[in-house]
Amino acid sequence: MTATDMNAEGLRRDEQLERLRLFGLASPALLLVLVILVIPVGWLFYVSFIGADGTFSMENYERMLKRKSYARIFRTTFEVSLLTTGLCILIGYPLAYFMSQLPTRWANLCLITVLLPFWTSLLVRTYAWLVLLQKRGLVNDWAISLGLWDEPLKLVHNLNGTLIGMVHIMLPFLILPVYGAMRAIDRDYLKAAANLGASPRRAFWTVFFPLSTPGLFAGALMVFVLSLGFFVTPAVLGGGKVIMVSMKIVSNIELFVNWGAASALGVVLLVLTIGVLWIASRFLNFEQMTGGGHG
Amino acid sequence: MIGWFKSPASETQVTHGQRLWLYVFAVITMVLLVTPTLIVIPMSFSDSQYLEFPPDKWSTRWYQHYFGSDEWMRATRTSFKAAILTMLAATPIGVLAAYGLHASRVPFIRPAFILLITPMMVPVVLVAIGAFYAYVKLQILYTMTGLVMAHSLLAIPLVVIVTGSALKSYDMNQENAARSLGAPRWKAFVSITLPQIRFAVVTSALLAFLTSFDEVVIAMFISGGDNPTLTRNMFNALRDQIDPTIASISTIMIVVTTVMMALAQIFGTQRKK
Repeated sequence: MTATDMNAEGLRRDEQLERLRLFGLASPALLLVLVILVIPVGWLFYVSFIGADGTFSMENYERMLKRKSYARIFRTTFEVSLLTTGLCILIGYPLAYFMSQLPTRWANLCLITVLLPFWTSLLVRTYAWLVLLQKRGLVNDWAISLGLWDEPLKLVHNLNGTLIGMVHIMLPFLILPVYGAMRAIDRDYLKAAANLGASPRRAFWTVFFPLSTPGLFAGALMVFVLSLGFFVTPAVLGGGKVIMVSMKIVSNIELFVNWGAASALGVVLLVLTIGVLWIASRFLNFEQMTGGGHG
Repeated sequence: MIGWFKSPASETQVTHGQRLWLYVFAVITMVLLVTPTLIVIPMSFSDSQYLEFPPDKWSTRWYQHYFGSDEWMRATRTSFKAAILTMLAATPIGVLAAYGLHASRVPFIRPAFILLITPMMVPVVLVAIGAFYAYVKLQILYTMTGLVMAHSLLAIPLVVIVTGSALKSYDMNQENAARSLGAPRWKAFVSITLPQIRFAVVTSALLAFLTSFDEVVIAMFISGGDNPTLTRNMFNALRDQIDPTIASISTIMIVVTTVMMALAQIFGTQRKK
């Protein structure tokens, strides 16, 4: 080995060491995730397989399959999540489309109306709906004085209230990616479609809509996943009538101190979430999604 | 006006008149997005036990009740303290992690990045009961340390993403130039890189603050005893009855959030220039 070779060898080793040292800068963050998230969730996973007598058992999972109340909770969770996602698409897509057609300056102004609720505390927004939708609340008062309905309707402490609150909270998660995808569409395609004789409707459905679907998928999956694990809004606006998985987990611990049952539900919720995210990861880039929503 | 209705609205032949439904729909939706939250503000100045809009008589009694209550004041102090400490902990930890992942080109960056953003994707209830269990073992349940650690866990993904994307558009050769002139790496980072990504760092810090300040579910489990947070107390109050005091607290929270996010927006736009 010549001196140059040895030199190159040494330099390479130095560089590798340097890279590892740099990677080490991430270790406090990784350690925190490990200690507060990975290890405890691993423990929950373990506990979910421990029965009441302290030995290995599948009883926590069997209970989920056997008891009707659990089946109802899962059905409610899926129903609420699907309805929320569907309503968000129906309301959010046209709004995103409207904004994408405006000049950037105006669109940014409209975007504030989407971002403002996005910033506001989840609890505050949920509380606002509770106040507006209650029996003697603003919505009932105004609707009756306008003659829309005669008796105060029950708008909150049920599925209606939960859906209204959740759609309001989730809309930004749908609108932002859809709007981003729509802005990126080259308008010349639409001109070309019109030139070739397509009606506006046909140009929209055969050219514009397909090009906006990646954003729509990303947003819809995001809304669905966040809805699956939601707690605060259904707990406050559902009035005990809408019981979702996360609420059952909390009551299993707070009321029954049953860690096995809570853990098993948690594992199922996590698996569902990872499953949906895994599908989502084929459509979207997680690094682009800034802003988190914790319900 | 009639001319506008018949004028083309886009690249295709659709006219503004044909699109009128879309405009009406969009305006109604935008109003519905913004007003429900903002309507709490005038309601909080009502004199009545029942929240009404517009209030018959104006008063600040619910604010007086809030500022006069030891319990609410203690919870408010706890929330601010937790949010500030979370900001101070999560920002440097997250910035270091983002820098480390960006600068070291080791093969396992991608899994490390995914691990760092998992707290954002795992249902928050699971994070909460997991932390509850861990804190019982570590004997830090109901402590400020524990609360700040858990909130930092939630804030770190945001810091890593925001700072990381700023580093991506930053030219690392500038730092290399400083180092080749003899500056140690930390000095090159502090004097060359950090000033150029400072807007992203400030934005991350504000997001970290808000993450902690608004968080409910984790606080429900691991803040208690003498240290319940404002959101925990609010949530418990909401489950019992509609207390107009909450409207005044909500108003204060809206103001805090708006100020924070306005600052973040200002820093964010400066960054892009």
